[in-house]
Amino acid sequence: MPSLAIIISFSVFSSSTLASNPPPSKGDVLPKINLPIPKNPAEKAYLGLPGVGTFRIPQIKAKVVILEVFSMYCPYCQKDAPRINEMYQVIENNPDLKNKIKIIGIGAGNSPFEVEVFKKTYRVPFPLFADKDFSIHKLLGEVRTPYFVATKINDDGTHQIVHSQLGDFQGAEPFLELILKASGLK
Amino acid sequence: MQKKRLPNLIMITGVLSVFSFIPVTYSISEAFKENIYKVGILKPNDSVLKVKVGDRAPEFTLPAVSGEKISLKQYQGKKNVVLSFVPAAWTPVCSDQWPGYNIVKDIFGQNDAILLGITVDNIPTLFAWTNQMGKLWFPVLSDFWPHGAVAKKYGVLRSNGVSERALFIIDKKGIVRYIDIHDINKRPLLEDLVNQLEKLKK
Repeated sequence: MPSLAIIISFSVFSSSTLASNPPPSKGDVLPKINLPIPKNPAEKAYLGLPGVGTFRIPQIKAKVVILEVFSMYCPYCQKDAPRINEMYQVIENNPDLKNKIKIIGIGAGNSPFEVEVFKKTYRVPFPLFADKDFSIHKLLGEVRTPYFVATKINDDGTHQIVHSQLGDFQGAEPFLELILKASGLK
Repeated sequence: MQKKRLPNLIMITGVLSVFSFIPVTYSISEAFKENIYKVGILKPNDSVLKVKVGDRAPEFTLPAVSGEKISLKQYQGKKNVVLSFVPAAWTPVCSDQWPGYNIVKDIFGQNDAILLGITVDNIPTLFAWTNQMGKLWFPVLSDFWPHGAVAKKYGVLRSNGVSERALFIIDKKGIVRYIDIHDINKRPLLEDLVNQLEKLKK
């Protein structure tokens, strides 16, 4: 019988540790996510990424990157889309914030076609990436959507997550205020 | 007896741990909060299809959440019809399927098509569930009583009384033009449906 207990506890331990990552939270580093460098020149310039191939979020030319994990099938992501766009405009229209804060979205379980539908429907001005097979979603702890992660990128290339939240988008100005304080940009 | 038990246990444990490593193939919208019941990984298909492409689509009349009764024949000669059967309200993949269709009314319109969402749930359950999705532009029909009768007619009623995750495209003449009895654990890709709708124009 002791052998049964060992087997069961090993199984529980291994499944709980390997089944999925914990959701990203303050103080953590981002999981290693490879994203394709956008082909669209405007999006490529926005992210400050040269060349072709893949990149990782801390390579984006910014002080802070706000990542939204969304899905075109998620009602709250749909409802919040205009307000996230507004946040982009607030950043881009403010010389103190432009080039310092960038926004990207990752469509959990969405194909490139589905991401494009979302982008077109809501006229999303920042780059969106597909995660058709949920592999990135899994690395991000299978969070519910929308999920926001703000990451501070340091001058030496290191990075830390300074804020994460599930849903409850406060609106452009309050959310930005929160990110500015959490990242030390203000 | 004691000797046999250990290999059996090892095998069962092995099988269980393989299942625990299967990645989820869905995301859940925060719109549904903690109210989504996790069903686990299910047998992909569990019914025997009773129609095929080229057949006349079986007629039906079902009550909609809006209070009206919807018959398939009311669209004959007017609209192509997409039937989207989903297994059950308040379950993971289903809850993140129709909200996506809700933002592509224009694609259905361009292809002269209407969407009818169908589950075997009763009207009050469908009312509460679909309210979380925002205002839906398409009718949601209840195939609750006689239980799953329409799903059964099409051959998509599973052995536990819920339907398959299935898409049927029926043209304006009432003929079945496309069938996707999808793996119940996964959401069909939107582009597959759109490509099939566009084929109707040719």
